[in-house]
Amino acid sequence: MARALYIHWPFCLKKCPYCDFNSHVRAGVDAELWQRALLADMRHEAALAGGESLTSIFFGGGTPSLMPPALVAALLAEAERLWGFAPDIEITLEANPSSVEAANFAGLAAAGVNRVSLGLQSLDDSALKFLGRLHDVKEGLKALETGQERFRRVSFDLIYALPGHTPESWSDELDRALGFGTEHLSVYQLTIEPGTRFATDVRAGQFTPLDDDAAADLFALTRDRTAAAGLPAYEISNHARPGAESRHNLTYWRYQDYCGIGPGAHGRRGGMATVRHRKPENWLESIAAKAHGIAEERKLGLAEQASEALLMGLRLGEGIDLAALSRRFGMPPGELIDADRLVFHCGLGLAWQQGSLVGVTEAGMPLLDALLGELVPAALVNA
Amino acid sequence: MTELSLIRNFSIIAHIDHGKSTLADRLIQFTGGLSDREMSEQVLDNMDIERERGITIKAQTVRLNYTAQDGLTYELNLMDTPGHVDFAYEVSRSLAACEGALLVVDAAQGVEAQTLANVYQSIEHDHEIVPVINKIDLPAAEPEKVRAEIEDIIGIDASNAVLTSAKSGIGIAEVLEAVVTRIPPPRGDRAAPLTAMLVDSWYDPYLGVVILVRVIDGVIKKGLSVKFMAGGTEHLIDRVGCMRPKIDQLDELGPGEIGFITAQIKEVAQARVGDTITTVKGGAVQALPGFKEVQPVVFCGLFPVDAADFEKLRESIARLRLNDASFSFEMESSAALGFGFRCGFLGLLHLEIIQERLTREYDLDLITTAPSVVYRIQLRASKTDDACEIMLHNPADYPDPSRIEQIDEPWIKATIYTPDEYLGSILKLCQDRRGVQTGLTYVGGRAQVGYELPLNEVVFDFYDRLKSISRGYASFDYEQIGLREGDLVKMGIMVNGDPVDALSMIVHRSVAEERGRLMCERLKDLIPRHLFKIPIQAAIGGKVIARETISAMRKDVTAKCYGGDISRKKKLLEKQKKGKARMREYGNVSIPQEAFIAALRMGEE
Repeated sequence: MARALYIHWPFCLKKCPYCDFNSHVRAGVDAELWQRALLADMRHEAALAGGESLTSIFFGGGTPSLMPPALVAALLAEAERLWGFAPDIEITLEANPSSVEAANFAGLAAAGVNRVSLGLQSLDDSALKFLGRLHDVKEGLKALETGQERFRRVSFDLIYALPGHTPESWSDELDRALGFGTEHLSVYQLTIEPGTRFATDVRAGQFTPLDDDAAADLFALTRDRTAAAGLPAYEISNHARPGAESRHNLTYWRYQDYCGIGPGAHGRRGGMATVRHRKPENWLESIAAKAHGIAEERKLGLAEQASEALLMGLRLGEGIDLAALSRRFGMPPGELIDADRLVFHCGLGLAWQQGSLVGVTEAGMPLLDALLGELVPAALVNA
Repeated sequence: MTELSLIRNFSIIAHIDHGKSTLADRLIQFTGGLSDREMSEQVLDNMDIERERGITIKAQTVRLNYTAQDGLTYELNLMDTPGHVDFAYEVSRSLAACEGALLVVDAAQGVEAQTLANVYQSIEHDHEIVPVINKIDLPAAEPEKVRAEIEDIIGIDASNAVLTSAKSGIGIAEVLEAVVTRIPPPRGDRAAPLTAMLVDSWYDPYLGVVILVRVIDGVIKKGLSVKFMAGGTEHLIDRVGCMRPKIDQLDELGPGEIGFITAQIKEVAQARVGDTITTVKGGAVQALPGFKEVQPVVFCGLFPVDAADFEKLRESIARLRLNDASFSFEMESSAALGFGFRCGFLGLLHLEIIQERLTREYDLDLITTAPSVVYRIQLRASKTDDACEIMLHNPADYPDPSRIEQIDEPWIKATIYTPDEYLGSILKLCQDRRGVQTGLTYVGGRAQVGYELPLNEVVFDFYDRLKSISRGYASFDYEQIGLREGDLVKMGIMVNGDPVDALSMIVHRSVAEERGRLMCERLKDLIPRHLFKIPIQAAIGGKVIARETISAMRKDVTAKCYGGDISRKKKLLEKQKKGKARMREYGNVSIPQEAFIAALRMGEE
């Protein structure tokens, strides 16, 4: 039974050049139509994965801070009716740090949102311009201030390892960011994703991404600095005061069930992988025809589930518990990880093992994708 | 049977792209061998590889019936000969079956160096050469200039060269007329005991082994018992015919004629090129001159990428061998590559062709080890073994160096034709490859250089280098001249401290350090970064002579990964695993199979 609910709002005012998420620019969105449709999609999921009260809800996008607070309120009310809320439920909404949207914060808080994740992205105006953002630093910081006034829990995002970033410039920016006193911080290295405008720019030689060696140095610096400031990394790109981790995102990384509704949302419930129609219009059509937006629903084999649990779980500092996974998937621990490769990479100082717990070290984190290729047994892949 | 005076046997000599195949197709079309509908481009090049590379591997002939201006109908046998030095012996047999040749030169490009070797070979066979200047309808065509070039460079009279455009069908009748009037008819005696030269043979799934023959004297017919004089076997001829190019069965082939026979032979190995065919009863006593046992000169290991494909590889190699007796194979096992075969080839092109056919026609993924030659090693007696002599085909079998008394390596005599401007670089290349210059003469604006070279320096990307420094203009021909003593050592390559047997090679001591350095540098680029740093070393015995280090990977991580991204991440992992399956593990290092091949192409700077 899923205890986490993800709601996708696919609209943005403008597509950012680095973003490959499911976001669309549309003139005029019919809020009432979308409310009815999202409610229908939600009811479909609740019927299949209800029964236990929700511990987290996450509004992602797109730009969910563009949603009318009344729509957010209606969705939350329905979710509570369908599942029930755990007493300390975490309700996060991704917000764009513009003045217009900040004006909505009070309304969103009143609707029940208790955590915001602000897309600040940079504390440098020229970098914001490079990233194609519509706000400047001043406006962004104002929104952060409003957020901190309105919501109990606040996190914000920064993108780093931009072309031209040096250890000095980035550490200055990071220090300032840590100075705002939020309990949570997400810092992502810029990656050039296929199909984005940045991918085209890089191909055309408009700019060159920072090379891996420099990016690795910045990654290490980030982990040192945030740990020193009391916000250690608990995942590759996420840092929190202990206890202030994003509970919703931990659901993904610990590979527990979650329902995902709205265009392009993914879900995992009872060994079933669900994907909704990506294009807003197709998703609406599906809702109209079938009262849900599912494009594909596929039963995952135990081996495949185990591989997913590994590749998500090893992103966390806490690592994975082979004994628990073994019980969960009915496979001997020896089949869950390549024991020889584990010993070898422990020897290199890139992985660690304590009893049934296995994880990736600080040195191993920037190499996680390559490590997964070594540690995840071939039998679990392509399974 | 056709009367001798009405037979003409000829080949076509041309530089690649100068229109040899198109001209052949037109000649066939003009004489009615095939309808327009049946014509596919380049009828004579049967194999995909031949078509793609524009080279001929197997000799093909086609018989054309042409009624000339004198009112008589002639039998023209057009022979398409292999065009590469690896098949030099086959070429010489094909040429020996003809009395003349068409020399096709592109009216815009002029005489190319690669043509020269073939023309001279043809001249050596005493052929009548008919120059054909092709592509005269190209805007850039300069037939007069080309005519002068033919006279200057090749030194043959080109005043009555035939002007053609095979593509547009211009001058085709004139070519045929020139063949009849200028190429001499063959000689032969119908009453003499049968002697027929085995020009080529190939395996046909329906007919069994098909043998291409040129009858010198006597008559060959169905039902005749014949013997192969060098092979020592006897066979009953069950089919006689010719290609038009469709198979046409005939009653007999008389003196001067070219055609095919079949005799229920299962393997081409039994029908060796250059052998003499005669009758069992009352046969010839003296075989035709020129038979040579073809010996493989270049060896390499072929291993399946997927060990499970070993049986498939064995079957495929055996099947290829049915049609190509000139390569040899024996089973080999390598510590790292598992089970495979040590194969011998006529040369590097031959090696590449076999490798490509295995990959393409039999759908096998292969790892090819460094090509090497055969060394003769004299071993001293040891406590347990007597002194002896061994032939070393595989660097992996290199004996204990303390027992080695002497190593001999095969040498060749190379003849290189090149335009003047590249001469300096070519001399340097030969010098770098331990060559000894034996001659240098100028013909027109071209130079002809003679060099004696160790064969192991030639199998090692010599053609590639020669081609690249002369922009493809230099041609190269060689013959083997026996074994000579050399100061040779085995150079091993270690990756992360582990020897990689498939990369070891035997080199001359004087070049070992340079080769080792190049090899290490090359491998540094070919082996991807790993999670740890990897030393790459070249060593002779225990002594390291070169070293490079691949630094450890610094970053490989997906920055953002939430619920929606699991599927994408999983695809990445699948791709990664698939990539790994195509690599070989040596001491925790994954070496991509391209590295095994590319590391040996060391010449490119």
